[in-house]
Amino acid sequence: MNQENLVPLRYPLSAKGALEPPAEWAELRERCPVARVRLPSGDEASLLTRYDDVKMVLSDPRCTRRLDAEDAARISESESGGVFNAPMATALYSAGQQRWRMMLTKWFTAKRVNALKPGIVAMTDRLVDEMIESGHPADIKARVGFPLPVWVICDLLGVPDTDRDRFARWSDMMLNLTRYGQTEIDAAEAEFGAYLTAHLDMKRADPGEDLLSSLLTATDADGAGLTDIQLVATGQALLVAGHETTANMIGKMLAMLLSERRRWERLVADPSLVRTAVEEALRFDANPGFGMPRYVEQNIEVAETLLPRGTTVVCSMAAANRDENTFAGADEMTLDRSPNPHLAFGSGPHSCLGQSLARTELQTVLEVLLRRLPTLELAVPAEELRRVEGLVVGGLRELPVRW
Amino acid sequence: MKVTVDEDKCCGAGQCVLLAPEVFDQRDDDGIVVLLDAEPREPLQASVREAADVCPAAAIRLSTP
Ligand code: HEM
Ligand code: SF4
Repeated sequence: MNQENLVPLRYPLSAKGALEPPAEWAELRERCPVARVRLPSGDEASLLTRYDDVKMVLSDPRCTRRLDAEDAARISESESGGVFNAPMATALYSAGQQRWRMMLTKWFTAKRVNALKPGIVAMTDRLVDEMIESGHPADIKARVGFPLPVWVICDLLGVPDTDRDRFARWSDMMLNLTRYGQTEIDAAEAEFGAYLTAHLDMKRADPGEDLLSSLLTATDADGAGLTDIQLVATGQALLVAGHETTANMIGKMLAMLLSERRRWERLVADPSLVRTAVEEALRFDANPGFGMPRYVEQNIEVAETLLPRGTTVVCSMAAANRDENTFAGADEMTLDRSPNPHLAFGSGPHSCLGQSLARTELQTVLEVLLRRLPTLELAVPAEELRRVEGLVVGGLRELPVRW
Repeated sequence: MKVTVDEDKCCGAGQCVLLAPEVFDQRDDDGIVVLLDAEPREPLQASVREAADVCPAAAIRLSTP
């Protein structure tokens, strides 16, 4: 029944619990791998849920991120804001996405990220100290999950510690399409842009060891550098791409491990499982948000179905990550699963640039908590956890814990 | 085990280096993969196999001579 579901499904799909997958995934993978869906804007798109299909489309050059094409489906009512069609996207594409990515890649190599690790451990320890000091029950998402990724990005950009909280607030406002109105979002974008412009002037006068200082003078193979507008957009892009995603993933990872306490206890007994446990949490996440939309530039065939050019496809990486054909026992969380070629960071040339950094942050949070608070547990029943309302990135509203 | 890498495909995500630092490295200037050991022996082979499986760009190829 490919695409033959007569009434399009409403997308995003809803699910019962905050940690559970939508009931439709299994059936869609089985019987309707290319499904018609209606997006919040009212426009229609094709939803992909099988591992092989999602992986192929994400890395296929015929499927692009040109979602501002005339006939591309709009995601939501609001035309600007959000990671899919923010002004930063336009600024960066004008620089040439590949060129921009190449100039940034060296800041996200395994070696660089390993060098950042001691700093990330110290920041995490400090956040955990502060949480312990103010006592339990505590919302560990607000106390650790939310601040840590902003602190890390501020470090990367050479932003002083004293400005971290403002960064966190701007980031929150630029992404939360549902919680804030368009005027508030626009105001946050303007304030953030003004701050970064001033910050760049300061770095130009007094360069540091940070990413922005180096990009100010960096040039690509053809000797071209980035304009100020592109540099500001880079700061914004890193915040938009790396804050909410990682913050929510920290919360969801801890919720998955604590909601079945046997999982947590297994890690306490054997912390060498941290690396594979983080990968499995990324795979098992049933609430990752929207998925990745792509615009089909040339006719392609997926699961024996023709997708004509002009189609908008939505790749559900989370549904793909539960595909039994790729992952044995896909509906079980297996903390030592290996290899684990999940698609949480996408796939192919556009796959997440910050994935080594994100992995290191997730691993560090887990290592520090296992060391400091082995008695950690949920302070509410798992059934009471609620999803955030945001459209783009999925997460939990709060995660109350005690120890 | 013989390892080859495709520099044109590599997207610099560094998974291979995190998993098998004895076998893979990344160039400092652009993050592209560098093969340090084209014929890794045990006990490195398991992590090399894992790196090939999870490389987001499918840029690592393995063959058995
Ligand atoms: C758990 C946390 C994270 C998740 C789940 C995640 C996921 C993703 C996904 C799915 C993509 C899109 C791939 C595609 O279009 O095919 C992406 C792109 C990207 N991510 Fe992440 N990400 C995370 C953390 C981070 C961090 C910490 C940073 C950097 C500070 C970052 C920077 C980027 C950038 C720059 C891109 C665009 C890459 C490009 O256009 O070539 N991400 N991420
Ligand atoms: S894992 Fe693949 S894409 Fe990433 S650096 Fe290694 S070879 Fe390149």
